[in-house]
Amino acid sequence: MNKTWNNRAWWLVLPVFLMVAFNALVPLMTVVNYSVQETFGNNEFFWAGSRWFEDILRSDRFHDALLRSGIFTLLVLALEVPLGLGIALTMPRKGPWVSVCLVLMSLPLLIPWNVVGSMWNIMALPDIGLLGKAINALGINYNYTRQPISAWFTLVLMDVWHWTSLVALLCYAGLVSIPDAYYQAAKIDGARPWAVFRYIQLPKLRHVLTIAILLRFMDSFMIYTEVIVLTGGGPGNATTFLSIDLVKYALGQFDLGHAAAMSIIYFLIILFASWLFYTLMMRHQEQ
Amino acid sequence: MPLELKGVTKRLGADTHIYPADISFADGSFNVLLGATRSGKTTMMQLMAGIQQPTTGEIWHGGKNMTRVAVQKRNVSMVYQQFINYPMMSVFENIASPLRVTGLAETDVKKRVGTAAELLRLTPMLDRKPSELSGGQQQRTAIARAIVKDSSLIFLDEPLANLDYKLREELRDELPKIFSGRSAIVFYATTEPHEALLFGGNTLTLHEGHITQYGPTAEIYRKPNSLTTARVFSDPPINVTKVVKKGKSLAVFNGEKWPLAGTATKLADGEYHLALHPHYVLPTTENGATGVVKGKVLVTEISGSESVVHVDVGGHTWVSQSHGVRPHKVGEAATFFADIGHALFFDSEGKRVS
Repeated sequence: MNKTWNNRAWWLVLPVFLMVAFNALVPLMTVVNYSVQETFGNNEFFWAGSRWFEDILRSDRFHDALLRSGIFTLLVLALEVPLGLGIALTMPRKGPWVSVCLVLMSLPLLIPWNVVGSMWNIMALPDIGLLGKAINALGINYNYTRQPISAWFTLVLMDVWHWTSLVALLCYAGLVSIPDAYYQAAKIDGARPWAVFRYIQLPKLRHVLTIAILLRFMDSFMIYTEVIVLTGGGPGNATTFLSIDLVKYALGQFDLGHAAAMSIIYFLIILFASWLFYTLMMRHQEQ
Repeated sequence: MPLELKGVTKRLGADTHIYPADISFADGSFNVLLGATRSGKTTMMQLMAGIQQPTTGEIWHGGKNMTRVAVQKRNVSMVYQQFINYPMMSVFENIASPLRVTGLAETDVKKRVGTAAELLRLTPMLDRKPSELSGGQQQRTAIARAIVKDSSLIFLDEPLANLDYKLREELRDELPKIFSGRSAIVFYATTEPHEALLFGGNTLTLHEGHITQYGPTAEIYRKPNSLTTARVFSDPPINVTKVVKKGKSLAVFNGEKWPLAGTATKLADGEYHLALHPHYVLPTTENGATGVVKGKVLVTEISGSESVVHVDVGGHTWVSQSHGVRPHKVGEAATFFADIGHALFFDSEGKRVS
């Protein structure tokens, strides 16, 4: 076939290029710009090189926030993935209850994040909240505005409540797509429920679980709204995750250089972790 | 050990999937379940296997009532249209899986799997995962799994339907060999009449949940008891038309008159349904075909050395199937000749009379 060369074809790429530039490149470059310069306003910039990056990477404040974010993400994943999978396995596959279950499951996902935060904020108040009062009535001293453990407990519980449905719905979709014949074949073989799960359901859910873990990792590692509404990062710095610390730098202290450098490091961590996750799980799948 | 169905029915809500079925299958027989999609083939198999429970009736096997016995205790195997294998297990482990539950010694497992793999030509692939195999090999693995444990009932539910043409032909040729010399009763569901003819054995024709006939395949093909069976067991579709027999001739469509031939000469005068396989409707008179079929060409299909021509004859579609490539154009007038000696005659209720 004869190919016609026509440089005007480049114009066809222009709309996409503009969109991507507007969405991603321009904001990102602004951040990069701030991360290597010092400014006192008035559009005066002085070259700062890698100073902000070095500061951030050496600061205990950053390490602590990173550790908190990491622990939070691990906790949330360790709870939500098995729980979501379990719920998906017990949901009905046929009949009128399917839609009831699906609607109930998706309710938490439809609530705006700041509303979720406010709801739990009120519910967990130790003096008037349903949850707070109930826990205290059990004889456990619980106050999420004063005790770090209570604050963490409330946050993790809130996230599990908010997002387990997502994992459950994804797993459910995966389970429903397994042809009935697989279960029949296992039945004929006399396979026990555990074997059916281990050798049929789990392998067939690999893809879906990868996506669920990836989504939940990214979301929980970047959690901001619910935490700011519920605890505001406190008590003290007990629930100051990376995202919250970043906002403190940028808007609290107006320390744009550090904030920009931190944004980029934060972004790279998530990018790297996601890539690592994906490659590892996909490689495992190919074996 | 023969398998017997006694008044077996299956209803789901208001739908009847299987109407009362009374039938017996002999030990070691190969049975083709032939019928269109949704005629009840799969339901029938799952009832016999014990995957579904009949609404009424009993299933006896080897002199014992098995109706309420769980499927894993019935010693059955099943192969599906989809290629069903355990995705994380190697081909070896897949074939061995039915033996694992029985607690057979490892050396015996190896021997049995080896034999089954050899028979299905899977020996070089035993270490691979099902996803690394072609569709044909995946289905071979499923078949090997079905035969490895000496089941007394083996069910094959359209096992070749998802394979491409070449692989289908190949596996179809091997299947009779794979199942010959086994004491198991084999059931093979298909929508394709020519598959039933290729396998021989027995055929059970199903139509909308009714068993229309059961017996040796060739006999059912040549002498269907009813018009329904004749229709189920013909592809391209069998030609059917109303005729009036009077004296020595038949009045057919368009005022055309056909001379009588074959067994039809003994029929009493009256109205009948005449059915004629498409390969008895020919473009020439050379094989003693004398009944004139004049019409307008609707569709022509040429497959290799065969031509299938659909003709509109006064509102009825007639199909001719003959050797050779014939240059019929759509919309053109064409004349074919019916070999009346091979025609089947059915009475007004659809029962065969000649």
